[in-house]
Amino acid sequence: MDLSSINPVLLLASLMVAATPLLLAAVGELVVEKAGVLNLGVEGMMITGAICGFAIAVNTGNPLLGVAAAAGGGATLALLFALLTQLALANQVASGLGLTLFGLGLSALIGQGYQGIRPPSFPRLNIPGLSDMPVLGRILFSHDLMVYFGLIIVTAVWFMLKYTRAGLILRAVGENHEAAHALGYKVKRIRIMAIMFGGACAGMGGAYISLIRVPQWTEGMTAGIGWIALALVVFASWKPWRVLLGAYLFGGVTVIQLNLQAAGVAIPVEYLAMSPYLITILVLVIMSADKSRAPASLGRVFHASR
Amino acid sequence: MLKLEKRPQPSQAWVYLAPLVAVIATMIAGGALFAALGKDPLVAIRTIFWDPLFSEFAFYYRPQLLVKGAPLVLIAIGLSLGFRAGIWNIGAEGQYIVGALTGAGVGLAFYPLEGWFVFPLMVMAGALGGWAWAMIPAVLKVKFGTNEILVSLMLVYVAEQLLASMSLGLMKNPQGFGFPGSRNLQQYPSAHNAELIAGSGMHSGVVAALIAVIFAYVLLTRHILGFHIRLTGEAPRAARFAGVNPGRLVLICLGLAGAMAGLAGMFEVSGPAGRVSIDFNVGYGFTAIIMAFLGRLHPLGILLAGLLMALTYIGGEIAQSRLGLPAAAIQMFQGMLLFFLLAVDLMTNYRLRLTQREVA
Repeated sequence: MDLSSINPVLLLASLMVAATPLLLAAVGELVVEKAGVLNLGVEGMMITGAICGFAIAVNTGNPLLGVAAAAGGGATLALLFALLTQLALANQVASGLGLTLFGLGLSALIGQGYQGIRPPSFPRLNIPGLSDMPVLGRILFSHDLMVYFGLIIVTAVWFMLKYTRAGLILRAVGENHEAAHALGYKVKRIRIMAIMFGGACAGMGGAYISLIRVPQWTEGMTAGIGWIALALVVFASWKPWRVLLGAYLFGGVTVIQLNLQAAGVAIPVEYLAMSPYLITILVLVIMSADKSRAPASLGRVFHASR
Repeated sequence: MLKLEKRPQPSQAWVYLAPLVAVIATMIAGGALFAALGKDPLVAIRTIFWDPLFSEFAFYYRPQLLVKGAPLVLIAIGLSLGFRAGIWNIGAEGQYIVGALTGAGVGLAFYPLEGWFVFPLMVMAGALGGWAWAMIPAVLKVKFGTNEILVSLMLVYVAEQLLASMSLGLMKNPQGFGFPGSRNLQQYPSAHNAELIAGSGMHSGVVAALIAVIFAYVLLTRHILGFHIRLTGEAPRAARFAGVNPGRLVLICLGLAGAMAGLAGMFEVSGPAGRVSIDFNVGYGFTAIIMAFLGRLHPLGILLAGLLMALTYIGGEIAQSRLGLPAAAIQMFQGMLLFFLLAVDLMTNYRLRLTQREVA
């Protein structure tokens, strides 16, 4: 075992990279849940986004187009969920599970023939001066653009939910859909839009894994990150800035566990690989004492009878 | 203009019709998918749904129907009890793996001792292992109010890592020339879950699955516990007033589901699969979720749904080798089936009415 081989600067830098897919997926799901919808299909939308982004990036040679395609793919899958739960009034838990199973199958189907290919590399931030700073430059200012994009989305969601009229309406729909309906807001339309936003975010999170973090395509490569994102929303008590905190925490756990594997710690690899999931459970246990923050209409079916 | 109107009571006709409509819709959509992949849709559908039962090689595939159906039915029956009460155990895959590990572990511990007691002990260990794995989300839910969906699912990934660790380490075959995977239990007569009638596919797991169907049917229709389960699912408030203890119900439903999934895993590892290996699990735990819904959460319905799902598994394998259809296509097929079922289910609780266009 050689712990001195772990470089703290690189550790912090890779923490931000490891956290980004989680961050994107979780902040999308946060908006969905704020609108009162529980979409358990995050994993399915992520993996679909991962392969859509990968395929388009490989075929066009443009990773940015790939990310856009991933957002489109995730949103399309989310639309399916929206149609089921909002128009066909189906059970959200069952529909979400179906979405995950469907997404895993669909992605594996599309992904045939994309195994073992390297995607085009992603543009990195390079600000002369800032990016060259000794420690901070490496940690904060020399990542790929998606890392910063993720931070921008979190900030935008926080601002929208807290300070704008649209955010207020979204929260009203999530807290009490009957009242929102009575006030004349289009509950279903708002929810469908929120679901599609969540899908687009999850898709981009998936594309981040297949295009930047790994970067290649393997079946089922999201490996439960979509589910951890769902847990993260609970952990964050439905607050965007705490999603950010949580994502970095989980990113940190993942990175440390990978580093320990590489450093050859006496713990077997499999047990280290379990740790992110076990820590997710632990965090859920600690956080579930306080349920008061959950949107009141979360997971309830809305049907305007009057 | 068309308008949805809630039915005063769920339509009985649609309860039974919905799965059929969903299956037909899935076949049509699946056919379109196969056409898009450049395969002849009619040939593909026939290969998946017809050939395993009636082609000239069907004598080989028919026993597979029982082999694949048994674990699915066993798991889905357990899940359906929880689903009925609104308890969402979606980690059956993990409970299945752990049941297989504990069951095989007991068998391997006795190797090479021969004795009648080895297999019954393995059965008990398998059920206990699955039960214990399911108790984690159950106890956390009862004690701390933790979401059982997320915890049970997280434990699937943990179980997969445990499986990898076991097949590479503790349970690795000492005479396996360093290859991962345990001893083959099929070559250890006392631990082998052999076919009861040679060539029929009928092993102890199939018997267990049939017993589970009867058990669940009696439980739900004749026993107070089954009544409490149904009551909690359909009217949680009424259940509380009737004195149903929700925590106890969580423990029982998750425990039963875990034990059944563990049994399924144990029968699989000691019979058809034969040994603990890294790729031992093939997603039965997730397919069983779809099956539970397709079977309307009713034991007999699940039995039928199990046969259909087993058929898609076998047909999928045939289509894979004969038409070059990817394995993932079947997974997608199953996901699609659940979608259509959920969509068609709208008609069970609502009806369409033609109305005058009203002022919005």
